[in-house]
Amino acid sequence: MKTVLILGATSEVALALADQLAAKSINLILAARQVEKLNPVKADLTIRFGVTVTVVAFDAANMNSHADFYQHLDPKPDAAICVFGFLGDHDKAKVNWDECATILTANYVGAVSILNVIANDFESRKAGVIVGISSVAGERGRQSNYFYGSAKAGFTAYLSGLRNRLVKSAVHVVTVKPGFIRTKMIEGIATPGLLTAKPEQVASSVIKAMVAKRNVIYVLPAWRWIMLVIRCIPEFIFKKLRL
Amino acid sequence: MASDFITNWNNYPREKAKVSSPVFAHDFDTTLADNSAFIVRGNGRCYGDASLGASVVSSLKFNRILNFDAVHGIITCQSGLLLSDVLELTMPKGWFLPVTPGTRFITVGGAVASDVHGKNHHKDGSFSQHVIALKILTPAGAIIHCSATENSEYFWFTCGGMGLTGIILEVTFSLKKIETGFIKQVQIKANGLDEVLDLFEQYSHYTYSVAWIDCLKTGSNFGRSILMVGEHATVPDLNGGRQQPKKSITLSVPFNFPSFVLNGLSVKAFNAVYYGKNYKREMHGITSYEKFFYPLDAILHWNRIYGSRGFVQYQFVIPKQVGKVGIRDILTRISEKGWGSFLAVLKLFGTQQGPISFNMEGYTLALDIPINSKLFSFLDELDLMIKEYGGRIYLTKDARMKAEIFHSTYPNAASFTTFLNKIDPEKKIVSSLSTRLEIK
Ligand SMILES: Cc1cc2nc3c(=O)[nH]c(=O)nc-3n(C[C@H](O)[C@H](O)[C@H](O)COP(=O)(O)OP(=O)(O)OC[C@H]3O[C@@H](n4cnc5c(N)ncnc54)[C@H](O)[C@@H]3O)c2cc1C
Ligand SMILES: NC(=O)c1ccc[n+]([C@@H]2O[C@H](COP(=O)([O-])OP(=O)(O)OC[C@H]3O[C@@H](n4cnc5c(N)ncnc54)[C@H](OP(=O)(O)O)[C@@H]3O)[C@@H](O)[C@H]2O)c1
Repeated sequence: MKTVLILGATSEVALALADQLAAKSINLILAARQVEKLNPVKADLTIRFGVTVTVVAFDAANMNSHADFYQHLDPKPDAAICVFGFLGDHDKAKVNWDECATILTANYVGAVSILNVIANDFESRKAGVIVGISSVAGERGRQSNYFYGSAKAGFTAYLSGLRNRLVKSAVHVVTVKPGFIRTKMIEGIATPGLLTAKPEQVASSVIKAMVAKRNVIYVLPAWRWIMLVIRCIPEFIFKKLRL
Repeated sequence: MASDFITNWNNYPREKAKVSSPVFAHDFDTTLADNSAFIVRGNGRCYGDASLGASVVSSLKFNRILNFDAVHGIITCQSGLLLSDVLELTMPKGWFLPVTPGTRFITVGGAVASDVHGKNHHKDGSFSQHVIALKILTPAGAIIHCSATENSEYFWFTCGGMGLTGIILEVTFSLKKIETGFIKQVQIKANGLDEVLDLFEQYSHYTYSVAWIDCLKTGSNFGRSILMVGEHATVPDLNGGRQQPKKSITLSVPFNFPSFVLNGLSVKAFNAVYYGKNYKREMHGITSYEKFFYPLDAILHWNRIYGSRGFVQYQFVIPKQVGKVGIRDILTRISEKGWGSFLAVLKLFGTQQGPISFNMEGYTLALDIPINSKLFSFLDELDLMIKEYGGRIYLTKDARMKAEIFHSTYPNAASFTTFLNKIDPEKKIVSSLSTRLEIK
């Protein structure tokens, strides 16, 4: 890997990825909707590690711009990590379509739109790694977050299909299903410490998975078993749980 | 925002606080817009309540290096950057910190806010001497650029101002050119207090100097100590050896030791061992910069050795003219108690810089004392002695001083509080220290 594209680069997970990749002398393309925030990051990584960092404006929700956005990247990345996502206000989304649509777009539709473009390029170059940060929330719909959850479920299925399609072109796809991550997304929500990963942990697991060509990772291993149990609960019981 | 119990390096006091950790400069605006008062916290290496309060804003994720001029040795960074990170970048390029405290695990913002000093204060002054510019977010929500020449009042009240003038966002400071990562060191044994104070004068041409005092020794050996002086080693000094030391290994004290570990006996033993190592009166050697400047950093969390009740680091300075009499007087009072101290560190300060900085020309002594029920009333008595001698207590090491002592020993306390009232009438920035000392 010489150059990695990070989509949604203002997230703390993305910043940790940028730090760790730069420390391995990998050049970065940082894409985010609030690019001006990334200038200090660019300066820092350039000074510390001597890597080339490019900062580019990118809005996952502006699907019309995606082909153009990718077209203008020079050089093209050898790997792309799709980090952006949006938890949103679930209760609001029940009554407000805009909120609901924003959740679906940020976690699914927008991701599909940009990864389609990247996948085609990687496929034709017969090389590359695509990483999607999905979520355990996509494994089973719950009354408290099924807009977000269903969008992540869609994203997980998309990544699985993409992996299946691209394997013959030597392009690898990694699905990341973190449990809780200590970031602003869950600020104010009390989560069990042992089940909550730090952004740095997520970043190092992701990089390891990219190198080792893992297919699906959970970051904290406990989540694999928790989700196994959750998937096994029969629907007639599950539907009555307050989750 | 998570609510947590937090405490600084000396484990006292422990306070419940809401903690937020901004990543982008823009996030600090949100902090200010929020109605509750807050204080910025760096790496929590102060010994007390200077960076504690009901609402704490951690600078640790705000730690990007913005510019490094390797030709002139000038760096600009966000305030949460650790000095250890500065060194990692600059040492290989031949630049060292202009002033460094006894640990490299503090933030650049903390270095400015406490206007920290090192072993070279008599030569190079405190950290603020080397600060070229500061970018501050004021309590009123404005961005202000300041330096010794631009908005200088703001600048000087920020250096040593314990975070009370605003959020230090960015710091530009100059570094010191060095040839190698080693120090040419001389250790000189002194049999008593007068002798070590004389040695300070005699060796004052050295850039770095510090003395370790065995403050429990009574009788004729009272104040026996080791003076350590040093210079950055040049390439020829190393006779062709490697120019950068290998990365040192760090050990960690994993949990709080029970306080009995630190009874008088073990302290005496420690001091004797330390002292016994120096069998010759004067020993010359070459040592790595880490061992010379940061001997304690080799043991992470050594503070836990004092147990969960915590400890106090009592650091004061008294004017040079009364040095000999004063240090003897105060040290006698302390050693009579036998409450002991792992570390009794003596330094010579040069002249003072900022109006509110701790440093003044004189001798400064720092010692760690585990907390016991009688300690604070005893320290109140010591405070009065220090006041009598015209000295003062270091705010960044303070967890218990009375407000009156602060206001009567810091000569510019009144203008400092007036300034703070002017720039922060709504009291947006408040720490437990500023409340306790009636600064805000
Ligand atoms: C082992 C050890 C040795 C030490 N040796 C020395 C020494 O030799 N000389 C010396 O001078 N000190 C020494 N100290 C003390 C230490 O250098 C200071 O307390 C320093 O200020 C700690 O910085 P910090 O980043 O940990 O900040 P904190 O301890 O978290 O905060 C210290 C002060 O800085 C303020 N502050 C921090 N960041 C900002 C910011 N961005 N904007 C505004 N205010 C801010 C806080 O509000 C607080 O008032 C030592 C400490 C230890 C643990
Ligand atoms: N935190 C958790 O507990 C958790 C758990 C499982 C999975 N995840 C997933 O992990 C990923 C990283 O999230 P995080 O925890 O770091 O949360 P975060 O801090 O809220 O980051 C989300 C990022 O997505 C960006 N984003 C949102 N909408 C966008 C859009 N339309 N276009 C471009 N960027 C957009 C945001 O940009 P702005 O900065 O501009 O808002 C932000 O950088 C997300 O996919 C999230 O779903 C998080």
